[in-house]
Amino acid sequence: MAAAAIGMIRLRNLFAVVMLSGIFSLSAAALYVVLDAVDVAFTEASVGAGIATVLMLSTLALTTTEEAIKDHRNMSALVVVLIAGAVLIYGTLDMPFYGDPMAPIHLHVAPLYLRDSIVATGVPNVVTSVLASYRGYDTLGETTVIFTAAASVMALIGRGRRKVKHGVPEGAPSHGYSSMKPHPILRVTAKLLIPAILIYAFYVQAHGDFGPGGGFQAGVIFGSTFILYALIFGVDNTRIAIRGWVRRTMMASGVLIYAGTGVAALLLGGNFLDYSALLHDPVHGQHLGIFLVELGVGVTVSGSMITIFLIFAGQDR
Amino acid sequence: MISVHFPVLLVLVPLIAAPICLLLRPLPGATWAIATAASWFCLYVTVSLLFRVLDSGTISYLLGNWAAPWGIEYRIDLLNAFVLVIIAAIGAVVMPYARASVTREVSPRRIYLFYTMFCLNLAGLLGIAATGDAFNLFVFLEISAFSGYTLISLGRDRRALTATYRYVLMGTVGATFYVIGIGMLYMMTGTLNMMDLAARIPAVAQTRTIHAALAFLTVGVGLKLAMFPLHTWLPNAYTFAPSAVTAFLASTATKVAVYVLIRMYFTVFGGAEIFEMFPVRETLMVLALAGMFAGSFVAIFQENCKRMLAYSSVAQVGYMVLGISFATVTGLAGGMIHLFNHALMKCALFLVMGCIFYRISSVKIADMAGLGKRMPLTMAAFVVAGLSLIGVPATVGFVSKWYLVLAALEKGWWPIAALIVASSLLAVIYIWRVVEVAYFRPVPEGAPEVTEAPLSLLVPTWIMVLASVYFGIDASRTFEVAHAAATLLIGGGK
Repeated sequence: MAAAAIGMIRLRNLFAVVMLSGIFSLSAAALYVVLDAVDVAFTEASVGAGIATVLMLSTLALTTTEEAIKDHRNMSALVVVLIAGAVLIYGTLDMPFYGDPMAPIHLHVAPLYLRDSIVATGVPNVVTSVLASYRGYDTLGETTVIFTAAASVMALIGRGRRKVKHGVPEGAPSHGYSSMKPHPILRVTAKLLIPAILIYAFYVQAHGDFGPGGGFQAGVIFGSTFILYALIFGVDNTRIAIRGWVRRTMMASGVLIYAGTGVAALLLGGNFLDYSALLHDPVHGQHLGIFLVELGVGVTVSGSMITIFLIFAGQDR
Repeated sequence: MISVHFPVLLVLVPLIAAPICLLLRPLPGATWAIATAASWFCLYVTVSLLFRVLDSGTISYLLGNWAAPWGIEYRIDLLNAFVLVIIAAIGAVVMPYARASVTREVSPRRIYLFYTMFCLNLAGLLGIAATGDAFNLFVFLEISAFSGYTLISLGRDRRALTATYRYVLMGTVGATFYVIGIGMLYMMTGTLNMMDLAARIPAVAQTRTIHAALAFLTVGVGLKLAMFPLHTWLPNAYTFAPSAVTAFLASTATKVAVYVLIRMYFTVFGGAEIFEMFPVRETLMVLALAGMFAGSFVAIFQENCKRMLAYSSVAQVGYMVLGISFATVTGLAGGMIHLFNHALMKCALFLVMGCIFYRISSVKIADMAGLGKRMPLTMAAFVVAGLSLIGVPATVGFVSKWYLVLAALEKGWWPIAALIVASSLLAVIYIWRVVEVAYFRPVPEGAPEVTEAPLSLLVPTWIMVLASVYFGIDASRTFEVAHAAATLLIGGGK
């Protein structure tokens, strides 16, 4: 990771920098696995190494792959960075050692999660129950952040209404990513892969209760199939396959499903996001609530990823 | 019955309104109606919450019904009830104004996105103020920041994009520093709940990790509130944003950041002790004073009136930080009153800018020659709000400066009191420049015919202007709330 980071600073070729950042994220994901944080690793792998790399590449396609060389060096920036780094290191001096069982984080809030969460929510994966129920409101906020990001991209560089005709004629002037179209191997492989990846996304979505996974990762994987489709079969075909209003509905309805689950709990006599109120049996209610909000996260995340990619890829160069 | 859920509904309603606005793309008028309804609902809810807090004390709402440090808690006490009312009130007044102003200043295809972003921003700011959980605060900080960046970039001037870019960079550093600080606190205490943090920090207060956390939080929040010298993102962002956005953000976004600073210092870090332990007071005071003078001084030389007011905001934030740095009941109350008062008058002034832009498509001071005769109501609003900014008696500006001077004298720091008065004199100069051009310069030859701004713009503007006079004459209510909140905070921050 250190080598990748230094390489990213030194290299001038932005294509290589993006690749290195993907490698950086992948090694970070491996590191999280070593630290037993499998859910975090999964997210890092799908978001950091996967979709972020693709989005940065599509940005590069819009701009240039060489970094402009600046002559002057900004010394004050260096001083600020050094001070911030020094304070960070200073802060680590009194931290508890890694893995110290007496560290405050292992003694205060976490033990209750470990002890009670399975009984209270019926979900074996503690990370999922903390994310979707104990701190479910944070996750609603994060889903909204994703929604905000995609809507921001629409506001900043989206071109608004643009008619896409059905059936782009063969041999039409290739537009953007559709240049990969003539490669039969790519097309056949993509056609084989896309259904498998879609099924995998549903598996990750549904299996978040038991193993690593959940709405965020599933949404990213689901979205990536459309990105793959766009890369092989062209952006215009993808715009036909998944229309603008479908994308917007996905983005919006995920947040609405999530918040709506909370409101349903509220109307049934509980507090907001108190899933126990959803069904007669609190544990069943928790289980249903967690399933619904994870679904909301997945829908918004996939809709947002597809939207962001298509807007980037659909820009004129 | 439903009023039990008011603490969460005030965030939830604009948050749900945002995706609905996105779905209503073909009907920009409907998105405006939804955003306006959401903002009025929030005003109703926050005012009723403030009265409830005044009656019966702090309200706690458990999200998901999980007990506090394990789940997330909304905790409404006097301090944030006060801030919530400010945000919601500004939103409720700016929304009716936005309809005409936004049609003129934002591309028609993006109007539905404008209202989507506005709802998100409102939800984010209210969420920051309502929460009792330090990490949840970060999540809503992100929502309000992203939507704020986008709102600013929707200005038609291409320079809005570079201004936004700069704000994105600075804002991201700020948010990252904040979350680093929170991470360090979590590492040392094992909790994210603010009250729980406050209870557990004293045991580890002397560790270097906590010291570093304090430093990161201060710088991170300082970036967000545009504390001098971390203010460089602010002038351009406010200048090139659409007028309604500037009026809303200038009176809420930085105010919420000031609130976060107060909350961190006085609730999480336990109040006055950190001012004794570290040179926090000296640092804040020097930066506040430098900001007051630098901001006002630079404002004097601006050609663009919106930019001038933006620099003036840097100076006004200085007064608030100065109030915090006293760490006395009067000083903190003064800072909080100024938070409220500055929101009123700055909102009024930026709304006036929107009226002027609506008619003459410029906010350069030179282009305002003779406007006093041609847009009498608009310019009268500018004069009244400007007097308030200077701090003339019978306006809100006077009230807050009065309390700040009192707080300085209470401590025996008369040079600071003198500096507060001196910096107000700088405001006289920059406000006078505009007044002089508008009232005492003749209309240039061949200038296009200009009429008064439409009522839909004037009414919200004058509501703000009259509010800034009303609360200047009868300051007892704001003082009562701010004083009670400051007493609570200084007394250990319950």
